[in-house]
Amino acid sequence: MSGKPKRIVTPLSREVLAELRAGDECLISGELIGARDQAHKLLYEMIQRGEELPFQISGAVIYYVGPTPARPGAVIGSAGPTTSARMDIFTPDLLERGLAATIGKGQRSEEVRQAMMRRGAVYFAAPGGLGAYLASRIVSAEVIFAAELGPEAVRKLVVDEMPVIVANDIYGSDVYSIGRERYRRPRR
Amino acid sequence: MGRDVRIEGMTLEQALAAGTRRGYGEHYLRKSVVRDPFQRENTGDNTPPYVHIRQLEGDKLRLRFMPKGSGSENMSSCVMLSPSDGAAGVRRVVAECVDAAGAKACPPITVGVGIGGSFDECPKLAKLALLRKIGSRHKDAFYDGLERQMLEDVNALGIGPLGFGGKTTALAVHIEAAPCHIASLPVAVNLQCHAARRAEVIL
Repeated sequence: MSGKPKRIVTPLSREVLAELRAGDECLISGELIGARDQAHKLLYEMIQRGEELPFQISGAVIYYVGPTPARPGAVIGSAGPTTSARMDIFTPDLLERGLAATIGKGQRSEEVRQAMMRRGAVYFAAPGGLGAYLASRIVSAEVIFAAELGPEAVRKLVVDEMPVIVANDIYGSDVYSIGRERYRRPRR
Repeated sequence: MGRDVRIEGMTLEQALAAGTRRGYGEHYLRKSVVRDPFQRENTGDNTPPYVHIRQLEGDKLRLRFMPKGSGSENMSSCVMLSPSDGAAGVRRVVAECVDAAGAKACPPITVGVGIGGSFDECPKLAKLALLRKIGSRHKDAFYDGLERQMLEDVNALGIGPLGFGGKTTALAVHIEAAPCHIASLPVAVNLQCHAARRAEVIL
């Protein structure tokens, strides 16, 4: 985790995805889809029923976020990442349909890591607890589906140089297990 | 709550719910509560707040408030140990809970540990322990030592800030202990992420 951050723009091409390595710092720009818990359940059910999703899944980047309400004149409220693990159960199906990357916090399941390797997708960690700062990187936000879910609604977000770290690359490397191995000490 | 305190017009719980509704309605904070665990319709105002009340002597009302994220709440646990498991068993439960949570609880965390009480009381003790100021020491020398030992255990896991590896996984381990049944040794571990907001007011 050093050196100059890589500037990347969505939709992420295969070439860009192949260049990313676990631990790389990136500044991501372009369109993201904001979706978390209930939204994932709805998307999953739509896939099961064979319905079309409310956004283009192929090449998409999903950010696990449930923002706070926007103050008057603001684009969005605080918009930090939520724990990704709850979306693990839904993620392999979305990856199979072409989802290129996800952004959240915390480690992913073995199933998701395998599916990411198989499909050439990556997982980015966004810094937890920096919701106000991350919101400042969002230039536009629009609810595109399931508005009734409030903070959990599906949003189209356009971001400008949002800081993220590659947690899992397409080669199976995982920043969480690498970091832990480096610092783990035997218990006294 | 002092026993000479009287709430006009409504119960204390109703007053706290009204305050929550007003606070979250008037300010730009997230509405994070759903009415039913399966229907999952947002209540729109973060009610109901979960309230624990203790009645003491006096005419003052001390309110302690802690909004809490569920990423860390989800990684918390309660285990009913046997008395013979002792302090070593409790240390193991705490280390295993933090280990399993890894990056998901958004470290560096604070670890609230409830020891004793009953099946329902024990997690409440763990939550109460999170209200203690970080850096403060336990009044009892035995628990003070145990807290330090547990902090060592947890920081030896190597999880580190945001789970990227590091020496600091937890900032503090706080214990609250209470009397318990001759047959049991309840342990509850309540994790709090690094966005640990708290407020207190005495009225």
